[in-house]
Amino acid sequence: MKLFVSEGNPHCLKVLAALELTGVKCDVQYVNHEEKVVQFLNHPALPALLLPAGQQLFSANAICRLVLSDPEAVSMADIVLWGALHPILSDSSFTLGEHNSVKTWFDRVAAVHSCQSAVQKVLQGKGLQAMKSYMQRQPAPQNSQCRDAQPCNNNPAEERQHFVSEEECEAAALAWNKGLSSCPAPDRQHPILPQEGKRNVLVTSALPYVNNVPHLGNIIGCVLSADVFSRYGRLRGWNMLFVCGTDEYGTATENKAREEGLTPQQICDKYHAVHSSIYSWFQIDFDFFGRTTTEKQTEIAQNIFWRLHKHGYLVEDTVEQLRCENCQRFLADRFVEGTCPHCSYPEARGDQCDKCGRLINAVELRDPQCKVCRQTPVIRSSKHLFLDLPKLESQLEQWLEKSTSTGDWTTNAKQITHSWIRDGLKPRCITRDLHWGTPVPHPDFKEKVFYVWFDAPIGYLSITANYTSEWERWWKNPLQVELYNFMAKDNVPFHSVVFPCSLLGAQDNYTLVNHLVATEYLNYEDTKFSKSRGTGVFGDMAKDTGIPSDVWRFYLLYVRPEGQDSAFSWADMAMKNNSELLNNLGNFINRAGMFVTKFFEGCVPVMELQREDKELLAVVGWELQQYIQLMDKVKIRDALKHILNISRHGNQYIQVNQPWKKIKGEESERLRAGTVTGVAVNIACLLSVMLLPYMPLVSQIIRDQLNAPQSCVYTMLQGSGTFVCSLSAGHRIGTVSPLFQKLEAEQIEALKKRFGGHTPSTPAAAPAAAIKVAAVEGVDSEKAEQLVKAVAEQGDKVRALKAQKAEKDVIAAEVSKLLELKTQLALAEGKNLEPTSKKGKKK
Amino acid sequence: MNWENMALRELSSLEKYLGLKKPNKYSTQGDKKVPVLQNNQGPPLVGLITIACHLVKEAKRSNLLGESAEGRAVVQQWLEYRVTRLDGCTKEDSKTILKELNIHLQDNVYLAGNHFTLADTLMYYGIHPLIVDLTVQEKEQYLNVARWFDHIQHIPSLRHHLPPVVVLRNTIYTSRHH
Repeated sequence: MKLFVSEGNPHCLKVLAALELTGVKCDVQYVNHEEKVVQFLNHPALPALLLPAGQQLFSANAICRLVLSDPEAVSMADIVLWGALHPILSDSSFTLGEHNSVKTWFDRVAAVHSCQSAVQKVLQGKGLQAMKSYMQRQPAPQNSQCRDAQPCNNNPAEERQHFVSEEECEAAALAWNKGLSSCPAPDRQHPILPQEGKRNVLVTSALPYVNNVPHLGNIIGCVLSADVFSRYGRLRGWNMLFVCGTDEYGTATENKAREEGLTPQQICDKYHAVHSSIYSWFQIDFDFFGRTTTEKQTEIAQNIFWRLHKHGYLVEDTVEQLRCENCQRFLADRFVEGTCPHCSYPEARGDQCDKCGRLINAVELRDPQCKVCRQTPVIRSSKHLFLDLPKLESQLEQWLEKSTSTGDWTTNAKQITHSWIRDGLKPRCITRDLHWGTPVPHPDFKEKVFYVWFDAPIGYLSITANYTSEWERWWKNPLQVELYNFMAKDNVPFHSVVFPCSLLGAQDNYTLVNHLVATEYLNYEDTKFSKSRGTGVFGDMAKDTGIPSDVWRFYLLYVRPEGQDSAFSWADMAMKNNSELLNNLGNFINRAGMFVTKFFEGCVPVMELQREDKELLAVVGWELQQYIQLMDKVKIRDALKHILNISRHGNQYIQVNQPWKKIKGEESERLRAGTVTGVAVNIACLLSVMLLPYMPLVSQIIRDQLNAPQSCVYTMLQGSGTFVCSLSAGHRIGTVSPLFQKLEAEQIEALKKRFGGHTPSTPAAAPAAAIKVAAVEGVDSEKAEQLVKAVAEQGDKVRALKAQKAEKDVIAAEVSKLLELKTQLALAEGKNLEPTSKKGKKK
Repeated sequence: MNWENMALRELSSLEKYLGLKKPNKYSTQGDKKVPVLQNNQGPPLVGLITIACHLVKEAKRSNLLGESAEGRAVVQQWLEYRVTRLDGCTKEDSKTILKELNIHLQDNVYLAGNHFTLADTLMYYGIHPLIVDLTVQEKEQYLNVARWFDHIQHIPSLRHHLPPVVVLRNTIYTSRHH
């Protein structure tokens, strides 16, 4: 019998106490929290007990039950409960109030020698602090989500049977009869500025780096999510401004310019247009899509800089870096190669030696060479400026407390922010020795530019400034404006810590983020998007697939990576298109319209609501309200489900009532057929409105086919949502035709193959652009190929060692080799590694 | 179908399967509506698992709780898994659970090994709504779970309150979403 436990893991308390209490003979091994003893479980579970006959116990309670299987049940229960409650009840600051008997019982059990001994083994005398590293590894608790009857639980029973009461039915019928409001649809007048009495919402999406063609993951994480929310907000009557643009400064652009023989400005012009056209194809409705390379950027960034300087939030320090005199520039770590000072490996990189794995500083390399020109660089000291984050920490925390508690921050954003702060803020370098960037105006730092992560978020402000001269009414107006930032999770720390610190330190009443919405990662099939390997769909390729923009939007939003990473899958996209769009949504809307055309000469018939119809109105109204509640909280993926629910209800309603049969019957039956058809087509109209943020073109097409009045778009999403009769009896509809096409298996197979990836050295399959991009970013594609193999082999080696339960040190050494190989591979693929200075000033 | 009734319906089905002649009268407690069985012989029994184990013993079918100390611990572990991991899980968790079970059931005929136990019954009740929602492709993806599920649902008199789920391998299928 072998027991695996980990230090600091509170679940181990009860099993160790139980073992000692009974004196049962058992091998006990201490392992790390990540150790996966029970292989089939998704997450490592400790404690775990391997039984001689092969069974595995991963439940601490079950282990106790086994160990204490003979004595009176009372003892086992005491041990199990004592172990479970120890983390709370052992804390003297936790007061039990009137529950004295609980405390008495607890103290009595805790005094038992086996329990004390277990505490010592697990917590090592460090008290509850010892549990910190274990607790940090646990997934965030989902309890509040699953216990409520929230629609996001996706309980199929909930979906089908939302029971409505008599009152709700009558209320729904009443609301229905009110019809559309007569207020005209608001017109969008540029420039959009905050207005008194309205909810003023400023939406930004993380500025895409100009050099990289965005892939589907980038698109769903940033611009598409922001677009859905902005469109929704406009329908809700909020005063929305949605801005974004390309982030253009930095090393990568400089390098690319050199490679392509153009100026950085020309490169940016070229690629900005690529981004612009991709987003336009995806129907991203920016109010303004700008760029960071403008005079306004320089003006605003320098202004913020000077204010930080004036208020004493900048510190100066000298940093040693390698400079290539031939190339006339300071070298980023990945551009230096030399001999490792420790193990003499001749191809050590500027931040780590591939052979011995030690971290080094580029300046320590022997015989260093510039990777571009092979000349020997020299060590030069360079002065740099640092943003004193520690000095701003308390202001930051005060603001964060307010913002995260009152705003709709996604859970991951809050977690990432807290762990950054918990790890301790350090001064952050905000300058670089580069040419292509916003110049630092300070005379002692001429020839330097702002580090892109200081500079880029200021782009939001300057882009707005290029949109309207009254930009300060958005950006220096926290009382009237609510700011939403959309991004993928890797951008969070810059938006929640670094940038707010810059703005707080500048002390100019800046608008700070109220709602930080971050997505997880979108993977491609079972791997990652990779331009150099030709894996995955990139923005410019989507339109060549023949699949319409709205279908791409729908699917990406359906799999939007909210609580955890998700994956794009061709097979899944086809399935969702065929089942949800074609068979569910498209089918319902088309049928409703066709019945009006075929049976009622193209005019909406008279509707006499029976009890059953009122029930449907109430159910649909409820789904609409859920949709609004969810969208208000930016739960984009969950809200989509309610649209599909309504359409399912609609299909069922038609199925059950069989209007195509009843129309051939007597007067009363024909009336019934008319009511059902009329209600159905009104539901279709509601669906078109709810769909607008997701599939704008389809939404418009539906309304055109139904000849729907413009005012329906703005009526039904007001307040908490009301489902009204927007197409009344006698309304003439337009020409109805199918909205969606089936995606056939062969089509999907072909597409999957086309985007399935290949090694970079096979030019035939790769689009020429992919290889070019790889070459320009200093990527060694051949090396990448070798490394892919090496990583795979090393990975197998590690797995084999673990399965054989080899020595811990041996495994650890092989694991670190694997990690090195992976880092090298990332570099060889040209993953963005920003030049940073060492000596603890990183981050 | 709300949660409270599910637990009571499970217990009622279990009683029928075990052949207990006289159905018990249950009450519930708390806002989670945990089932309670008032016993004349002592303090009330609270909780689905606790009551289910009691019913098994009452019907003199203790072998359904495991055949040895180890076997019993394993059965308890899966019963615990049912109420702590499976009940009320989110959509994301459900995929993880299916994945885990699929690996576990590759080498095991039943959850606790080679013998049918109460763990199979209660996990079957609990997992039913997840399986109902799977497409044919997903059932193929979780092949071992599908095999186990199909086997359990066909055990005579087990499946009282739950509709059968079609588990078949066929390229022509109807999705419940139509």
